[in-house]
Amino acid sequence: MSSSSDLDLVPAIATRREEALTGLSKMVSKGLGWARKYSLFQYPFVTACCGMEFMAVAAARYDLDRFGAALPRFSPRQADLLMVVGTINVKQAPILKRVYDSMADPKWVVAFGVCASSGGFYDNYATMQGIDRIIPVDVYIPGCPPRPEQVLDGIMLLQQKIQDQQHKLIDRERPALPAKG
Amino acid sequence: MSKAALQRLQERFPGAVTQVYEGRGGDDVALVRKEAILEVCRFLKEDPELRFDMAPYITCVDYHGSEPRFDLVYQMYSTVKNHRIRLRVGVPEGDAVVASVTPLWKGANWYERYCWDMYGIRFEGHPDPRRLYMYEEFVGHPLRKDYSLRGRQPLMPERHVDEPFRGPGPSGN
Repeated sequence: MSSSSDLDLVPAIATRREEALTGLSKMVSKGLGWARKYSLFQYPFVTACCGMEFMAVAAARYDLDRFGAALPRFSPRQADLLMVVGTINVKQAPILKRVYDSMADPKWVVAFGVCASSGGFYDNYATMQGIDRIIPVDVYIPGCPPRPEQVLDGIMLLQQKIQDQQHKLIDRERPALPAKG
Repeated sequence: MSKAALQRLQERFPGAVTQVYEGRGGDDVALVRKEAILEVCRFLKEDPELRFDMAPYITCVDYHGSEPRFDLVYQMYSTVKNHRIRLRVGVPEGDAVVASVTPLWKGANWYERYCWDMYGIRFEGHPDPRRLYMYEEFVGHPLRKDYSLRGRQPLMPERHVDEPFRGPGPSGN
């Protein structure tokens, strides 16, 4: 992969504030990106048969550990990568949204398999047509189920994306609080 | 497998068992009137020669357009005598209420909840008459033939996705 600009679908609009970033903070951002992309703590949200393929890719033969994404966390609060592995139906959508909301920033989402990406062939009364209808997705991995090589490629794409994001040592942006009614 | 059971049923309930036949694969089937299903089932379970102590499957078929519209199918099995029987009960759409057999077989509980969830057959005397699969907010019964194929009823607001290949949105038909 030569350049990363084709990964970010949203074109970067350079504001004066961003132009005023000093070389030091750019270096910090690069360093933080490097650190973050090689220590992806994932929360596998496994709902369907893609889970078997996830186990295959996490186990010794394909070994996600080589990419620094080996440790599945058992709480979304400790994770920064949400892997949605399998079909999400309408009944489960609020649960997935809640899991996503309880993850701490910075966080990324991978739609693992065609059901999580678009609903797959389940175009029926019960199935959500892709998890991007409720949460933002960073990388889509197609396949039913995807080959482990596809998953590794997806992880590498995500690492590239993380590296190219802007990271701050201290993020002073206040999190958006839900409006109280 | 159990011609004797069919014969006993017919002798015992001449008015309730309207027809018996041997289905495909040698399964013995009895058509039972809706009002008598609980008595017939109790007889099948408690008769010492039949002893159908297990109801391995209860499901429903929607024959949309014909009358009666629904067909409840009870599969019975006797673990003692090793024989089976199948009961079919016609249920009209206007009066889709059937006596529950959960008091006889505890295993019928979730099957009857399934039939209520997917087909809208109400079971009188059921201890826990909730839906089985769908959520309580769901309106309608999705396996009925006249339920829209993509009648999704989202539980939460969905982001707009501008994607021509995924078909219509959440509640499209």
